[in-house]
Amino acid sequence: MGACLKPLSETSLMPGTSAIRFENLTIGYERHPAIHHMSAEIPAGALVAVAGPNGAGKSTLLKGIAGELRPLDGHIHLPEHGRAGLAYMPQRNDLDSSFPISVFDMASMGLWREIGAFGGIDRARRRRVFDALDAVGLTGFASRTIGSLSGGQLQRARFARLILQNAPLILLDEPFAAIDARTVDDLMRLILRWHAEGRTTLVVVHDFGQVRRHFPTCLLLARELVAFGPTADVMTEPLLARAQRLSEAFDEHADECPVPGTA
Amino acid sequence: MSLYDFIIAPFADFGFMRRGLAGTLALALGATPMGTFLLLRRMSLMGEAMSHAILPGAALGYLVSGLSLGAMTAGGLAAGLTVVFAAGLVARTSNLKEDASLAAFYLLSLAAGVMIVSLSGRNLDLLRVLFGSVLALDDASLLLIAAIATLSLFGLALLLRPLTLECFDPAFLRAVSRTSPLAHYGFLLLTVLNLVSGFHALGTLMAVGIMILPAASARLWTRGLPAMLALGSGLAFLGGAAGLLLSFHVDVPAGPAIILVCGFIYFVSLAAAPGGLLASRLPVHRHLSS
Repeated sequence: MGACLKPLSETSLMPGTSAIRFENLTIGYERHPAIHHMSAEIPAGALVAVAGPNGAGKSTLLKGIAGELRPLDGHIHLPEHGRAGLAYMPQRNDLDSSFPISVFDMASMGLWREIGAFGGIDRARRRRVFDALDAVGLTGFASRTIGSLSGGQLQRARFARLILQNAPLILLDEPFAAIDARTVDDLMRLILRWHAEGRTTLVVVHDFGQVRRHFPTCLLLARELVAFGPTADVMTEPLLARAQRLSEAFDEHADECPVPGTA
Repeated sequence: MSLYDFIIAPFADFGFMRRGLAGTLALALGATPMGTFLLLRRMSLMGEAMSHAILPGAALGYLVSGLSLGAMTAGGLAAGLTVVFAAGLVARTSNLKEDASLAAFYLLSLAAGVMIVSLSGRNLDLLRVLFGSVLALDDASLLLIAAIATLSLFGLALLLRPLTLECFDPAFLRAVSRTSPLAHYGFLLLTVLNLVSGFHALGTLMAVGIMILPAASARLWTRGLPAMLALGSGLAFLGGAAGLLLSFHVDVPAGPAIILVCGFIYFVSLAAAPGGLLASRLPVHRHLSS
């Protein structure tokens, strides 16, 4: 394990200050773990880059937190309001962009937890939807259909919806994949603003330069937790090399994992 | 022949034409919105499959109590729901996608239906089952179709928001609420109900026609969901009324006439509408400044 990883026993966080706690978490598909025996604690309000090679288990970890995938072993502890206070933006975009719906209607669905299936969008909420569209740089796009948006604009619209979800815990799975530099800059500014507002944010990022520039904390994964801590301590050559090595081994016919000791 | 004689008189003079018109109005209001969502979910062909799945139930109902509205409706409903929910269950719990499992179930259902029809040895009015009887709707059938249309409109009003999300961003709906299965199965239930009511008027083979054809035409003209739903129902009613008149004046079966007129509207839309064939071939308007 990396030097900067705090084992659970040593964490002395006060109750209520941790946003997510992984306890000996093993999570994966068809009994093959994508992440093995991971323990870590993410403090509330942290802005965390989740980094690692392809197949390291980054998306799997986010799916686990969002509740889309059940752990094979161990636990993920969320704060009391749990998944109700969670906004998750998956990587695979299975949004049907040919659907006849306007940008306004699409973004306003971020209000779902407030308005549910029947609640109306009153004047104040309309205002908030327009504000969110302004914040992502889609001013004037409200009545366009989502089919007329470019890839970057559609991603901005998804961010507007995230803003309206107003969640204390935000999970973004590769939000910058196939997005141009200017859009990345704009969206990164939004993420930094959420950080300033005290929201806990986990972002899967591939660009190490970006991780170093913007993210105070980094969680380096390679089918197990390689390191978690301040970005400068995590994004080091030895740890990155170790992550690369670890992620390469995947045994199709692996034996059952021995039952871990009581340690 | 004056315009009045051509368009109004058949309905003014003949009760069966008025009943047919009322039936098609109910179908346009109930079934076509379901077709709109089938279309948007890329399930148009699955609607066809579902409608065939209804056959064995209706045939069994006929075997048990003859040409009885109640028995055939209950049988058709039971068979349709069984197939749809079994297929949904298989799709959600196995490796098979929904279309594959639905195809398997509906083929079995259709085969069973044909076998039941042939086993009966009685003179089942197969034409009536296959092509419906829009010009011979009695009070009970008309009430049934109207009741299903009413139920569909209320059901759709309740499901509209979750169903819209389920169609265009299901992952997001599952993340924010637990209504995803409700939207999915509620929609399938309403679809089967409307297929049963369409089956009485237009028969199992053509019930899907009045769902999908007007919806597809409306998709070509409109850019928003509310407009698409409204125009779809409008075009379905137009097709229904025109089809009845065609059948009256040319003396052809009404069911196929209605579907053919809906098809004609579809081809006109395909040619002329902004989303159709001609629009993409024509020289473009001067583009906007931003």
